[in-house]
Amino acid sequence: MNLHEYQARELLKAAGVPMFDGDVASTPDEAEAIARRLGGTVVVKAQVHSGGRGKAGGVKLAKTPAEAKEHAAKILGMQIKGLTVYKVLVVPAAEIATESYAGLILDRETQRPVFMVSAAGGMDIEEVAATTPEKIVKFAVDPLYGLLPHQAMTLAYVLYQDVKQVRAAAQIMQQIYRVFMDNDATLVEINPLVTTPDGQVLALDAKVSIDDNALDRHPNLAAMRDETAEDPSEVEARKANLTFIKLDGDVGCVVNGAGLAMATMDLVKYYGGEPANFLDIGGSSNPEKVVNALKIITRDPNVKAILFNIFGGITRTDDVANGIVTATQQFKVNVPIVIRLTGTNEKEAVRILEAAGMKALNDMDEAVEQVVRLAKEAA
Amino acid sequence: MSIFIDKSTKLVVQGITGRDGSFHTRQMMAYGTRVVAGVTPGKGGQKFEGQVPVYNTVAEAVQETGANTSVIYVPPAGAAGAIFEAADAGIKLVVCITEGVPVDDMLKVMPFIRSRGARLIGPNCPGLISPGKSKVGIIPGNICTPGRIGLVSRSGTLTYEVVNHLTKNGMGQSTCVGIGGDPIVGTNFIDCLRAFQDDPETEAIVMMGEIGGTAEQDAAEFVKQHVTKPVVGFIAGQTAPPGRRMGHAGAIISGSSGTAAEKMAAFEAAGIGVMKRPVDVVALLKAKLKG
Repeated sequence: MNLHEYQARELLKAAGVPMFDGDVASTPDEAEAIARRLGGTVVVKAQVHSGGRGKAGGVKLAKTPAEAKEHAAKILGMQIKGLTVYKVLVVPAAEIATESYAGLILDRETQRPVFMVSAAGGMDIEEVAATTPEKIVKFAVDPLYGLLPHQAMTLAYVLYQDVKQVRAAAQIMQQIYRVFMDNDATLVEINPLVTTPDGQVLALDAKVSIDDNALDRHPNLAAMRDETAEDPSEVEARKANLTFIKLDGDVGCVVNGAGLAMATMDLVKYYGGEPANFLDIGGSSNPEKVVNALKIITRDPNVKAILFNIFGGITRTDDVANGIVTATQQFKVNVPIVIRLTGTNEKEAVRILEAAGMKALNDMDEAVEQVVRLAKEAA
Repeated sequence: MSIFIDKSTKLVVQGITGRDGSFHTRQMMAYGTRVVAGVTPGKGGQKFEGQVPVYNTVAEAVQETGANTSVIYVPPAGAAGAIFEAADAGIKLVVCITEGVPVDDMLKVMPFIRSRGARLIGPNCPGLISPGKSKVGIIPGNICTPGRIGLVSRSGTLTYEVVNHLTKNGMGQSTCVGIGGDPIVGTNFIDCLRAFQDDPETEAIVMMGEIGGTAEQDAAEFVKQHVTKPVVGFIAGQTAPPGRRMGHAGAIISGSSGTAAEKMAAFEAAGIGVMKRPVDVVALLKAKLKG
């Protein structure tokens, strides 16, 4: 789960990371009040889970509180890459001497949290990594010992020469590490980490991602989830314990298992169709899940045909068959459904479907070809 | 032969009295796996299905039964603790089926596992099966048949799909290993490739990968340098959009890395036969084994 900038700031601030004052506003009036309290020129920043906010006009400089209100009025409600802006962050427009980058990310290869620091801050670190990888210094922390003092200093020396600034940055590295470990983060990033003309080291913008699997033990972080920043059908799916991702095509897919679900989408494409979604009903079979899955998929007006691809292991195919029958009795599905199922309790599943006047296929390729053809005919 | 498990595998089931644990223990017993013990704290002294002794701790189970392998079906919050306990009790192969284990827990688990000289498979995996010998985990036994193809996969049901094609076409398996879909897993592709390369009974290898990370690229490099047996591979998620996690915590394309195209190119460069569809496994393997 990605946190908004203002939420990431809160976590870092609580850990002691120095940063400019600032606050979040949901209305133009609130933005004006914050600007007045801060005094001087401020920056009004859209809070959405998307890069390129500046380019989209979601970050504006305001010289007066009245101007801050004006900008906030324009930015609030604005669409950035399909996401509506509901909050703005108002911070002082600081004078900046240098910009650098400091991030800690979970690395699969070393199986450790890895620091990445670079004196080339302010821009997209992935771009820096792609064009000038030599400008990024990486260091894997041994989680048994944590970030040792000399390691933090070594990272800080990559960014600064002045020993005061080095010590300040080393402390920030420790704070980043603590925020990462204490919150089950998979990413903690300060970009840019700046110095002011008078030599202070401060965090200007922050990004934090939390491991979804760990939210149960961090109710405070789980409460930060912003459902307005997600597709409504994805929110509904999560509540029904389904993993759903909306895509742009017209073939709805209901599959058990993430790998098979991806392979099914790929096969739809292979046979000339476009998947409308990724949907994994998971391992344990529960007819209710199938009903919810169909509800969510049929709500998408782009969907012209629906494919079930179920390989029964833990999932009992008869449970899935019951779910399909129940769903079609509860509400009308106006698009054709192609069902492929095989594995656990397959015979019973076929019997249930046939009794309800439906057919089941056994072969994945055959089913995908058929659903792609039906979607094309309906288009 | 086979890799990691065979007739000598003596299994202890952690979480044997739970809903998933009890169901799959019955399945494993029916398949012929030697389930020698179960562990559920507070239920020590009971017998599962009237025959498998249940203990309060893994250490007791090992002491009393000589169990050498463990399988874990406990909820995510307790999974890391269960892995620590198994490794501490001297278990050398720990298979964690549990899905949803926090990845920070795995940061601490891995050095511990190594310090005890144990191997972990998973978490968030279907386990493994050496057809006709032993099954540890949840892979349906009826779709497998003994033979000479080794299979390693990041997925569950996608593995079944491919195994099913193999079995239907008379291509039996030495061992099928599901390594799991999380960012940090105990056993990776390379560990399995090395074991299959060294296993005289394995004739060819199937690798089922996914988008996200660089495990497949690293595996391709390993194949190029160290594997003389024919290898074919598949990457799921060719149509997945960047930045979205496709179910598995590990299946996410970040920036320009971890895409299916990148991984398939790495396979090709290493001489690995690239499957475009799961069904292609049969024709590709046949061609490789002939050539």
